[in-house]
Amino acid sequence: MSLQATTYLVVGLTFALYIGIAIWARASTTKDFYVAGGHIHPVANGMATAADWMSAASFISMAGLIAFMGYGGSVFLMGWTGGYVLLAMLLAPYLRKFGKFTVPEFIGERYYSKGARVVAVICLIVASVTYVIGQMKGIGVAFSRFLEVQYEIGLMIGMGIVFIYAVLGGMKGITYTQIAQYCVLILAYTIPAIFISISLTGNPIPQLGLGSMMTGSEVYLLDRLDEVLRDLGFAAYTTNARLSLTNMFAYTFSLMIGTAGLPHVIIRFFTVPKVKDARSSAGWALVFIAILYTTAPSVAAMARLNLINTIEPTAGEYMVYEERPDWIRNWEATGLLAFEDKNGDGVIKYSADAETNEMTKIDRDIMVLANPEIAGLPNWVVALVAAGGLAAALSTAAGLLLAISSAISHDLLKGIWRPDINEQQELLASRVAMSGAILLAGYLGFNPPDFAAGTVALAFGLAASSIFPALMMGIFYKRMNKEGAIAGMIAGLGVTLLYVFQHKGIMFVQSTSYMGDMAPNWFLGIEPNAFGAIGALVNFAVAFAVSRVTAAPPDHIQHLVEDIRVPHGAGAPSAQH
Amino acid sequence: MSQNNNYWQANLRIIAFCLAIWFVVSFVFGIILVEPLNSISLGGYKLGFWFAQQGSIYVFVVLIFYYAKRMAKLDREHDVHEDKDD
Repeated sequence: MSLQATTYLVVGLTFALYIGIAIWARASTTKDFYVAGGHIHPVANGMATAADWMSAASFISMAGLIAFMGYGGSVFLMGWTGGYVLLAMLLAPYLRKFGKFTVPEFIGERYYSKGARVVAVICLIVASVTYVIGQMKGIGVAFSRFLEVQYEIGLMIGMGIVFIYAVLGGMKGITYTQIAQYCVLILAYTIPAIFISISLTGNPIPQLGLGSMMTGSEVYLLDRLDEVLRDLGFAAYTTNARLSLTNMFAYTFSLMIGTAGLPHVIIRFFTVPKVKDARSSAGWALVFIAILYTTAPSVAAMARLNLINTIEPTAGEYMVYEERPDWIRNWEATGLLAFEDKNGDGVIKYSADAETNEMTKIDRDIMVLANPEIAGLPNWVVALVAAGGLAAALSTAAGLLLAISSAISHDLLKGIWRPDINEQQELLASRVAMSGAILLAGYLGFNPPDFAAGTVALAFGLAASSIFPALMMGIFYKRMNKEGAIAGMIAGLGVTLLYVFQHKGIMFVQSTSYMGDMAPNWFLGIEPNAFGAIGALVNFAVAFAVSRVTAAPPDHIQHLVEDIRVPHGAGAPSAQH
Repeated sequence: MSQNNNYWQANLRIIAFCLAIWFVVSFVFGIILVEPLNSISLGGYKLGFWFAQQGSIYVFVVLIFYYAKRMAKLDREHDVHEDKDD
């Protein structure tokens, strides 16, 4: 069977599975729709959280970014996993104890203010929409390769699938579907990694293979990669820091607190039965995430080495362009990979020197999708990777769209504008809100600002600078009041958005960038994607200062804080002491 | 209420302990001290690079389960666990 046919078959089967589950478990009440009825087992919830969490950025982009950044790519690995430690200890158990449907609902009640709730909704929507753009880009890339169509058409098809999928689902359907999607994506990620690890090092465990010697030689794989890259004029793989250690520190910190502050991740911990389960479920989520995240560095290094070996099979001998392998032809058709035989000698040379380099374009996002083809693995493995990439993008998009639509229908419509609507009307409203969000994200997906992981990193900066500090202070600082929290959120979000927009363009439209995305203009050498950490510090400082000069929160709020700090009585509506 | 206060203070101490380890394995070993640690080898890995791309993640997983287990015990010691009446 041809690659195309195999891919259609595998992707088609997985889609049929997801839609079948979504129909079987579709939501009939708002409690089902927002928190899956609150009855998900912690291990199952961990698996669903992992699929919700691991997006197109984790699956498709991350290993590609690491492949070209080397050590500098560690910010994504540490940042996107370390946040779960914060989530498990600083937020999840207490928010579960609070026992409501959305993150803005907590902020509105804790800060006894509809204004705070509206600010939280705005922060949530800005962060989630930015994040959804990354998923749309990932879906576009996966579809353009799998259907062999242009990126734009791939994006439109992706939007259509997400539309059917997310509007059917609700949290209940989404949760069960995400468990299936986790299984697909983790198999799709690890199987090629195992094959490639065996072929390069003889070790079937990729995490160990990366630290092993190359088959048939006494040279360690990472040492070999460092050497090959230095010969081509690039920096060594294992020591190539991203800009500066200060920048890496800020970037990792932004991703960690951003992870802990992302509403679509936090609401997953509202679905478990107990406070105790919220803690262990965060651990299970990280186990399932770590399987992919510890495999990714091996995929990255091995893909880079295999790519170089394809273009320069033995030292000084280059690939003849007319004899290029099929996978190169396929990717050239998508426009994401391009060659230019500058000196007309019929062979392709890869070099760090822009003058002589003839691989003129290689989109980082294709490294994972092309990896099995580069390594010459069978067609079904290639097809599985396409299905895995789509599973990752779809599961995350569904989770984000749920967070956006519940913020609009539950917090804005039901909570503020029209408290008298009934449950069926609220369900309908959340589905309409979801449709609107898909259209907006699709539009922004046509003007993608950066690589998929880069776009997503901005969402983290926004979650880090606005939502995380407000939640954490709400639990750990009883004296924090309405004025402080609102001022802090606005200041944190404002500083971060200003910094990102002045360097990246307003709403990422490049031409409106008024300071240029150039390193000399960066504050302390910190890139815009890493600025959430600074935004968070501004948020904490402003909130603290303002709360000191304004009145303490009322007694019943201080009791609410004491109540959420202890697990006893979870499930009951704010117990009295 | 002072009973709950003791519970909360104990919780804060456990969090501080876990977050200290969290900070050391990622920010200290993986970033600040990466260069000196890279002179030590762990198989084919440079040690600083290993902490940044592998080791810190394994430690994070262990930390969360340790915290969950320690807190389940603390909840019982202070009699604030969930299923005591229901």
